[in-house]
Amino acid sequence: MKVLGKVLKFGDNIDTDVILPGKYLVLTDPKELAKHAMEGLDKEFSKKAEKGVIIVAGENFGCGSSREHAPIALKNAGVKAIIAKSFARIFYRNAINIGLPVLECKEAFEKIEENDEVLIDLSSGEIIDKTKNLTFKFIPLPSFLLEILNQGGLIKKLKNSLKQNSL
Amino acid sequence: MNLTEKILAKAANLKEVHPGEIINAKIDCAMVHDLTAPLTIDAFNEIGIKKVWNPNKIVVIFDHCVPASSVEAAELHKKVRNFVKTQGIKNFFDVGYGGICHQVMVEKGFVKPGEVIVGADSHTCTYGALGAFATGIGSTDMAYVFATGELWFKVPKAIKIHVSGKFQKFVTPKDLILYVIGKLGANGANYMSLEFTGSAIKNMSIDGRLTICNMVVEAGAKSGIVPPDEKTLEYIKLRSKGKFNFQESDKNAVYDKVLEIDCEKLQPMVACPNSVDNVKPISEISEVEVDQVFIGSCTNGRIEDLRIAAQILKGKKINNNVRLIVIPASQEIYLQSLKEGLLEILVKAGAVIGNPNCGPCLGGHMGLLASGEVCVSTSNRNFIGRMGSSSAKIYLASPATAAASAIYGKIVDPRVFGEN
Repeated sequence: MKVLGKVLKFGDNIDTDVILPGKYLVLTDPKELAKHAMEGLDKEFSKKAEKGVIIVAGENFGCGSSREHAPIALKNAGVKAIIAKSFARIFYRNAINIGLPVLECKEAFEKIEENDEVLIDLSSGEIIDKTKNLTFKFIPLPSFLLEILNQGGLIKKLKNSLKQNSL
Repeated sequence: MNLTEKILAKAANLKEVHPGEIINAKIDCAMVHDLTAPLTIDAFNEIGIKKVWNPNKIVVIFDHCVPASSVEAAELHKKVRNFVKTQGIKNFFDVGYGGICHQVMVEKGFVKPGEVIVGADSHTCTYGALGAFATGIGSTDMAYVFATGELWFKVPKAIKIHVSGKFQKFVTPKDLILYVIGKLGANGANYMSLEFTGSAIKNMSIDGRLTICNMVVEAGAKSGIVPPDEKTLEYIKLRSKGKFNFQESDKNAVYDKVLEIDCEKLQPMVACPNSVDNVKPISEISEVEVDQVFIGSCTNGRIEDLRIAAQILKGKKINNNVRLIVIPASQEIYLQSLKEGLLEILVKAGAVIGNPNCGPCLGGHMGLLASGEVCVSTSNRNFIGRMGSSSAKIYLASPATAAASAIYGKIVDPRVFGEN
């Protein structure tokens, strides 16, 4: 599975309240949620992300609430993948469960800059910064998590396995 | 093994487990609230299974927008009520029947030592106070649980927090947990479990234990736990039936880190804007004027919290420039504080009392902040925009510090009321 996009960069401890402020939790339509993605930090984010972007961030991305509205908003705003130095655990699970690739790579955060064009190979564990012509290695996700991403999320994977079992 | 590992091993039907190992655990109880249930229901319906795995192990509690704060919230409530009915879920706490989910879960006996409990809310870690393994998950994971009754976990590494000594007057468990988060950092316990031990924890009430376990997630932890003891038993035997599984960590249990804390030296602590680990002792806080004080939330809306606030506010008036919002965490606490005369004291001091719910903690309703305003809050997060305007500033503190600050109109050390 490969992902290509331009980079938007963020710092440490990007919490779920800035990713999707609490007042929008009454929304459930992914398109509506997408309009408010990252609103706490950048009101223009959803416009910038429209054409497909990769977020590169520091430590503890997605800390705070368990709200799945946060990764849903990012994914539907156009975020193709998130590279961070580390993730908060609930956000990490939520993102994979809805089919949004997340991966940890400290070196990538140090070297990659905003607007660089980046290609991620999730299976081989490689990030290529095409703008800078640099390659970074990361430990690929365990195979059962990659499988969730490959099948488009946890629900689709469960559906597929239930179908197979009933055959 | 440590206590958390023992609980996970049992739930996964394994003899032992090790940190980093991925296991599949049976879930004893699953909780959703009014804002995470709707996405869970959508995901569950997408799976195509008609019935949940066990309606008696699912608890649904309305608390985030209660009573409905908007038409959108009302529609969500309607959708969830409909699901509850269709699925035959009896453990449903609608408006007027429960309160904040994490308080209702422990009060109504859904949490027992040794159990594995998941909640679609990050503060589910609260239940570790009663010796359970409890952690927050998202709505899709919850839909998976609704369908199968199981979930995968990575066995966490552990940190031991050993607390000795006695708290000074008006220094509280909230100050302790803020101190711990300040020491560990916002991601210092990422993916890990925190185990609280020592004489100060043994002597701590269940309310206090709930407060410290509630906030472990603010250091990134997956769960927090207090080894169950006679206080735990006394609390749960009034609320739930059946056999209780009391275990403790082995003497040779492995911890990644041990933090030793002496309570005697602990001052009131404040988490300054805009991160929960930006913690300072109150003596280092310079003059901060306050517009609003909020006493409530799943962290500090319990009876002991209201008692300490009332003790400080008795016979006094809050500062003219301050709005004081008090929200008991549950209907049970509301009634108890009414009986004890606490609400009368608080109202006479100038407080407005809200019905049990999350209130302004997450910026939903009931006291949002305008641009540039300053709030002292007993809740758990001070992120940008958390309680309203993104330029408002939130200082997290104990109910004692909050009450004292409401009187002075600025952040003050509650120990000034020490001898009263």
